[in-house]
Amino acid sequence: MPPFQDILEVILLQNYNTRLVVLSTTMLGIAAGLIGSFLLLRKRSLMGDALSHATLPGVAIAFAVMVSLGGTGKSLPGLLLGATLSGVAGILTMLLIRNTTRLRDDVAMGFVLSVFFGVGVASLQMVQSLPGASAAGLESFIYGKTASMVQSDFLLIAIVAGVASLISLALLKEFLLLCFDDAYASAQGWPTLALDILLLGLVTAVTVIGLQSVGLILVIAFLITPATAARFWTQRLLPMLLLSAVIGGISGWLGASISALTPNLPAGAVIVLVAATLFLISMLFAPERGVFPRIFRHARLRKKVDRQHFLRAAYEVLESTADGEKVANVPFDLSRLLDKRTWTPHQLKQILRTARREDHIESTGPGKILLSEPGFGEAARVTRNHRLWETYLINYADIAPSHVDRDADLVEHILGAELVHELEKYLDDPHLSPPVPPSPHPLADA
Amino acid sequence: MNWTSFDTWIVVIGALCAMACALPGCFLVLRKMSMMGDAISHAVLPGLAIAFLITGTRASVPMFFGAAIAGVLTALFTQWISRFGNVDRGAAMGIVFTTLFAIGLIMIRQAADNVDLDPGCVLYGAIELTPLDTVGSTGIPRAALVNGGVLLANLVIILVLFKEFKLGAFDSALADTLGFSSQFLHYLLMTMVAVTTVAAFESVGSIIVIAMLIVPPATALLLTRKLPAMLLIATVTAALSALLGHLGAIIVPPWFGFQTTTTSGMIALAAGVLFTLAWLFSPIEGILVKRWHRNHSEPEEVPEPGGA
Repeated sequence: MPPFQDILEVILLQNYNTRLVVLSTTMLGIAAGLIGSFLLLRKRSLMGDALSHATLPGVAIAFAVMVSLGGTGKSLPGLLLGATLSGVAGILTMLLIRNTTRLRDDVAMGFVLSVFFGVGVASLQMVQSLPGASAAGLESFIYGKTASMVQSDFLLIAIVAGVASLISLALLKEFLLLCFDDAYASAQGWPTLALDILLLGLVTAVTVIGLQSVGLILVIAFLITPATAARFWTQRLLPMLLLSAVIGGISGWLGASISALTPNLPAGAVIVLVAATLFLISMLFAPERGVFPRIFRHARLRKKVDRQHFLRAAYEVLESTADGEKVANVPFDLSRLLDKRTWTPHQLKQILRTARREDHIESTGPGKILLSEPGFGEAARVTRNHRLWETYLINYADIAPSHVDRDADLVEHILGAELVHELEKYLDDPHLSPPVPPSPHPLADA
Repeated sequence: MNWTSFDTWIVVIGALCAMACALPGCFLVLRKMSMMGDAISHAVLPGLAIAFLITGTRASVPMFFGAAIAGVLTALFTQWISRFGNVDRGAAMGIVFTTLFAIGLIMIRQAADNVDLDPGCVLYGAIELTPLDTVGSTGIPRAALVNGGVLLANLVIILVLFKEFKLGAFDSALADTLGFSSQFLHYLLMTMVAVTTVAAFESVGSIIVIAMLIVPPATALLLTRKLPAMLLIATVTAALSALLGHLGAIIVPPWFGFQTTTTSGMIALAAGVLFTLAWLFSPIEGILVKRWHRNHSEPEEVPEPGGA
């Protein structure tokens, strides 16, 4: 564990050696987080993967061209230009496949990835014989290492990441339309193809600078993970974009800092793991769409529905016992509850346990239960409300009476007091309304 | 050109491997999971690292199992994330394989730092060298047996469960209703893909695998709309790519004044060329054919605008 002073220095960017690396990965994370959101919404998250492989032939060809023009071939701007051009060629191929065949995005991406990569490997092997292209040199020269970043690399990343972020924010509305309904967008006269190419051009720019400075796997993760994590927290685009940028930025910042403080931890890999951790937290715990909150909400809803079903079934049992007289709270057999509902013994046990905890029932002899005073009142209220609801649906909404019970079970307790009062009049005067079917009742003939 | 038995073996091995990949690849393409091969090729790294750390050797059997398990886990995690988190499958795949790759990278850096475990050369074989590694005194290359065995296994599984796979690929809800577990089919397919890719990486390299899982099935999809025909065309295209690729690797470099190139890259390129041909000339999907039809079809009767 490094001393606290060092940790602080690195995290707060005061350490000269790591400042450039941490700043660049943070900026790259922000830009990729923004652009990755559009890719996610367009279901093209693996675009970065396809693109990064598609840059390889460009590198080899640029090298060969530069050597044949008499240069050394290992000039970074030239190689990056080659990589970009070949990435753009990959994108155009992809769009062409998508727009002229019935093959879908994933196949188009896979095609570009594998064929371009194959061509890249083949041409790289060919140019190996050229002077200056030592066996391992060319590939690792372009697919760089984070730790060896210099000032000019940083400037390149800063400019490209900044411009890409600005463009994607400036064209927010257009990209949004493209992501959610491109058919509508083109019908409205938006240049969807141009927008698509521009968006993928931004992806290419971020991928190429990222490849060179931080490596293949990190770029792919940066374009996917923050956006997917952000999606769990919100249903709206702008908050999602900003959150994705923040998650990308934090991953880059924290990951690069941790890597700088620990020997032998490659920065790219640590950043990927930080982003993956943030993703996992988001997936499990985000209140909006996270797994646990969803399970919790579901369980709570089920409990509520069970409780109402139990109380109503109990009231109906008492009603049939009273046989037309005023309904009185008397003990009754558990088995009669099961006639009303298809509960398994286990479910019934759980429901009774909950009811006991809420003081809705008093324990009596085995196989018998008695509603408590508040429980009886609640049961009467729930049943009455349920029937009002049914009356409402039959009289006001055009729903077949035989289907009412199902709907009522789901939406009880929603109508306002005024309308309920209105409905009570119907319920008290049987002549005003058609009879409410007894519950449970058979479904109508189809 | 100087064709030897060496070249014949390279073509045979390439073709076996290509066909073994193209079969499950058809179902991947139909299920919109084309990128699975590439994902697995990155995600096997931690499996390799763990196998190496446990056994301490670079023997290929434990390595194979480590990689195959990592491959199956990739499919499993992808499925979980996309199901429980409602995440797009491509995104889920991307998150899983980048994370696994990062874990593998760190493990190798931390534990095997002073040992020669280069991710680039442990698993990723080269097809040019496969004929050298023969089994016993038979003279048959090990890679031919491995890939032939995988091809046979894939063929048998697909033939036996053809109806189920077909249903699962086009209507998994119906498959569930009829009592074939689409979950089971999915995991079976993913296991097939993982084992096939890992076996092939180890013998011939990853480029062939990634390309053959996608490109021949995509080519076949442009040429037919029937599943049995698609499987057949994909297999033939895959074998043809292997032949043309190796020929290309011998013939093409001299055109540009170079000595040699890699067969695996050229096989991917050959598959790409075959795809392009289908794209242009396919009777049902080809761009040129469609255009020809448009220009040569009977002009439809168009009512005069504004005419009474």
